[in-house]
Amino acid sequence: MHHYLISFLIFSPLVAAFVGLLIPAKSESSFRYLTLIANAFQITVLFFMLGSYENASALQFVEQQSWITIGLGTWGTLKATYFVGVDGLSFPLIILSVFIMCIATISSWTVKQNVKGYFILLLILNASIIGSFTALDFLLFYLFFEFMLLPMFFLIAIWGGPRREYASIKFFLYTLLGSIFILIVMIGLYVSVHDPSSSGTLVHTFNLLHMSEPVNFISNSILDPNNPWQIGPYNGRLWAFLLLFIGFAIKLPMVPLHTWLPDAHVEASTPISVILAALLLKIGGYGLARIAYPIFPEAALYFGWFVGLMGVISIIYGALNAMASKDLKRLIAYSSVSHMGFVLLGIASLTAEGVTGSVYQMFSHGIISAMLFLLAGVLYDRTHDRMINTYSGLSSKMKSYTTMVLIAFFASLGLPGFSGFIAEIMVFLGAFRSNSATGVLPESFAIISTLGLILGAAYYLWTLQRMFFGPFNIKGHISEDQIFDLTKREYIMLVPLAAATLCFGIFPQPMLSVIDPFARHLTEFVLTTGKNLTLNL
Amino acid sequence: MVNINVLITLIPLLPLLGFLIIALNVHKISHKKSSYLACGTILFSFILSITVFTHLLSLPADQRVLSITLVSWIQTSGFSADIAFLIDPLSSIMLLIITGVGFLIHVYSIGYMHDDAGYSRFFSYLNLFVFFMLLLVMGANYLLMFVGWEGVGLCSYLLIGFWFKNHDYNKAANKAFIMNRIGDLGLLLGVILIFINFGSIDYQTVFTNPSEVEVTTLTWITVLLFIGAMGKSAQIPLYTWLPDAMAGPTPVSALIHAATMVTAGVYMVARNNVLYALSPFTLQLILITGLATALFAATIALVQNDIKKVLAYSTVSQLGLMFVALGLGAFSSGIFHMATHAFFKALLFLGAGSVIHALRGEQDIRKMGGLKKLLPVTYITFFVAVLAISGIPPFAGFFSKDEILAHAFAYNPFVWGVALIASLLTVFYMFRLFYLTFYGTARDEKQTMDHIHDAPKSMAIPLIVLAVLSITGGFMNTPEVLLGSSWLQKFLSPVFASASGIEIHHLSHTTEYVLMALVVALTLVVIGIVYVQYVKKGHVPAGEGRLTGIQKVLYHKYYIDEFYDIIIVKPLFWISKTGDTIVEALAIDGIVNSMGRLVTGSSNVLRKLQTGSIGFYIFIMVIGIIMILTLTTLTGVAGQ
Repeated sequence: MHHYLISFLIFSPLVAAFVGLLIPAKSESSFRYLTLIANAFQITVLFFMLGSYENASALQFVEQQSWITIGLGTWGTLKATYFVGVDGLSFPLIILSVFIMCIATISSWTVKQNVKGYFILLLILNASIIGSFTALDFLLFYLFFEFMLLPMFFLIAIWGGPRREYASIKFFLYTLLGSIFILIVMIGLYVSVHDPSSSGTLVHTFNLLHMSEPVNFISNSILDPNNPWQIGPYNGRLWAFLLLFIGFAIKLPMVPLHTWLPDAHVEASTPISVILAALLLKIGGYGLARIAYPIFPEAALYFGWFVGLMGVISIIYGALNAMASKDLKRLIAYSSVSHMGFVLLGIASLTAEGVTGSVYQMFSHGIISAMLFLLAGVLYDRTHDRMINTYSGLSSKMKSYTTMVLIAFFASLGLPGFSGFIAEIMVFLGAFRSNSATGVLPESFAIISTLGLILGAAYYLWTLQRMFFGPFNIKGHISEDQIFDLTKREYIMLVPLAAATLCFGIFPQPMLSVIDPFARHLTEFVLTTGKNLTLNL
Repeated sequence: MVNINVLITLIPLLPLLGFLIIALNVHKISHKKSSYLACGTILFSFILSITVFTHLLSLPADQRVLSITLVSWIQTSGFSADIAFLIDPLSSIMLLIITGVGFLIHVYSIGYMHDDAGYSRFFSYLNLFVFFMLLLVMGANYLLMFVGWEGVGLCSYLLIGFWFKNHDYNKAANKAFIMNRIGDLGLLLGVILIFINFGSIDYQTVFTNPSEVEVTTLTWITVLLFIGAMGKSAQIPLYTWLPDAMAGPTPVSALIHAATMVTAGVYMVARNNVLYALSPFTLQLILITGLATALFAATIALVQNDIKKVLAYSTVSQLGLMFVALGLGAFSSGIFHMATHAFFKALLFLGAGSVIHALRGEQDIRKMGGLKKLLPVTYITFFVAVLAISGIPPFAGFFSKDEILAHAFAYNPFVWGVALIASLLTVFYMFRLFYLTFYGTARDEKQTMDHIHDAPKSMAIPLIVLAVLSITGGFMNTPEVLLGSSWLQKFLSPVFASASGIEIHHLSHTTEYVLMALVVALTLVVIGIVYVQYVKKGHVPAGEGRLTGIQKVLYHKYYIDEFYDIIIVKPLFWISKTGDTIVEALAIDGIVNSMGRLVTGSSNVLRKLQTGSIGFYIFIMVIGIIMILTLTTLTGVAGQ
């Protein structure tokens, strides 16, 4: 049964979506419960997985089925398989996804408009997110990756705020641009890699594991490491790495490819913002660690400093912009840009600590950003106004809300005791050690990036000061009775997240034990393989 | 007997438990329960600290180290850290101060905060603070210390801004947190450098082989650690948060911003004495910073009129003096002064709190006066503290300050001279404060004066206990020249043994006597001057508008806050605004949006080709075919 657990995770929301199609649109609450049941089922499956997961670098719960096999005559055979599994990189993200999707469902409880369409899209989104994080076949990954866009586009464009059309189209086009880059590389890899298990005949494969073994490249194919062919300054593989990097960096998002994010967040409704920040951004970091780095290790070494530099720029630039934001949601969006910069920096360091920190950061940011966007939503639900300077002294009227905001803000600014601290300290350690251990990043990157901690404290504390402290006062036509403290439903969403960020901050070891074997494996693989491959420059 | 490890573990856990219980029931719990819980847990921790301390004493001097590992906290292939505690003479002294003074201040708070709406919240924060502070001093590795370090910063933030309805208080809290964070970054980078060079962050591993690391690296490490200490212990240039931090309730000022948290930097440098002993450059830096801070802050304190502000600048100055001791390599003298300072400065703040409490929030000493008869307990205990800080024998401050001055003189008479001036300025502003508050005629409005009452029991008892400690505290380290046994120094000597490489000069007994007599005589002269000025002549400081020249500069604290505002805060906001409005909106999004417009624009042009007329399409097609044919023929010819 272990072999089907991931399929259960992926397909249970799709089954639920199909069932949902058969239910008449009138019975609105049935869609809510249907989605919740799918979430509950996923959580149950997840507990089975937690029980038998082993902390090792090997892939687990692997399932491989033949999917597409087309003979193309002299061009060999096209082979894509349904190939899924988890390891130390994807397992934390799967855990995160399952729980965040459940919280998003609870947060969507108040959706009134076109309930049927909304929840069916949510279920499709759920399946494609889990699929993206578990797929080990490039074509399968790409399918899930693209599939994510569509429900997301509609969820922003139909259920979003006033400028939702601009935001959703910007989101869609931006991400599509990234996907095209990824698509180009995928096709390049497809023609360059053959399946080593097929003796005699030429079988082109999409298997990501085969792609990361340099011996599987067909000699003189476009991405063959020994192919001397160049376009401009770089060979095909370096270009391919750059294309993948840009494709995933848009998703992450990395400065300067990030401007879709603040707009999308501001216009998206609360649950969609939560999914966007907590899960969709992670696909960027995940793709780098799963696809770009192992397949093009020599390029990863060559461009490592560039990846790290962009990480540092994102950290500082994101934080500075967060400081200038007048809109609470925009501020949180920019803080996400800043925090995802740590993911880049950690991966770029190519040290075990750095990569562990990077994955931990993705996990931790998933929890904290979900909490932050839910909190922004709490206020927006009450007043329909997200401007920071509308409010003052909210803590007098919303005591529990302020406590939650304090927890979320301090967690986000990396205070010890919260999960973000563990992640950031590991990233700093890795980035700092990178020069002596691998020679990829100079120490100055780590030093400059620590400034992000000061800026983080500055924009969060300044927000607290302006919105929550001081005498109670609200501008505009908001009446005082619109301001009330947290409801039970909001508690149900916020308390587990607050507990989780504390729990993973105080007891990081269980999660670190999951991530560490992967981080060690990835860094060793990239360093040894990357150094063996000659750069034809 | 119960396992000593269990007792040690309970010391920090009890305050944490107290915090959790109060915080989770903060709206429901009664005032009485929360104060009993908060004080009770700290009292228990104090009793346990005494037990651990006596246990330590019962061991032979060279075996007074207890280290216990509770659980492996972080364990990855590259990096690992345990939750482990280290109890040695240094941390045991810190434990006694934190839990002992902490308990007294908790008790005092019962009276001071009795009618505050946030009573339970206050006690929960206070307990949390004690927990983090204990973690800071008990942690057996740098990461745990860092956790405590940031944790006390958080509590300091929460407590400075405790009365959150006041915007200025929140600003002060923000300033404290952010300025501390700047220092924390130094500390963090230092810890990372330690890990990279030593391969471990455990004290014991690092301190065993410090000489394996190059001196330049060690210098970097120690300087970075010291930057952390500058932030937390309010040294130049990161000191301006501490005077503003007086926005918090007075017990907070006493506990966090006088007795414990601000001395964390002193503790940290002393803890790392092994590393500092190998970096003479850093020791010099510490000495100069400490000396400059001691003098600089003392001059500002001369003209301040807010009772708590005077005490705050005095704390900054006294911390400077402790760093002078550390910079001289006289680590145990630094710790000694830290201990006596904890007693008399806590007492001064609590006394000031009692005055403020009696005057219903009045903090301006120009509006006080004549409180001697009205507040007898406060008056007497405050007087003891003033004598102690001024260094009048045999009060506590005399011994600890004298030790530092003696070391300074042996090192360099100039250093001694500066430190002496700072001490004499201390005498001046403390007696100025004391006379203006308690002597002369009442200058406050009649109404408050009629209802005035001295500290209630819960406030008076801590005052009296601290007064006793301020009188006797110095005897823990009476020097041999005064027929003592230098007990503290001997007790701490195993911790500082490896730092004995630094040559500490010793003076002949005659020189010491002469110096002592000289210092005491000068002190008495200063007291005389202050007495004439503020009691005999009844001088009251002028208002802000009438200040001139140097007085005005001092009153405005050398305009350092304004200076920081211009060179750091304003540019930062400018950069972030420019980033948002120009780089982000115009450059990046401008390019993105114009790409969009380019596509729609060009397709608008190309759309016009689609006229829908078949004739036009055929015409184009024919032309196309002709062109293709021509091209292939031409290239074919060229190819042949």
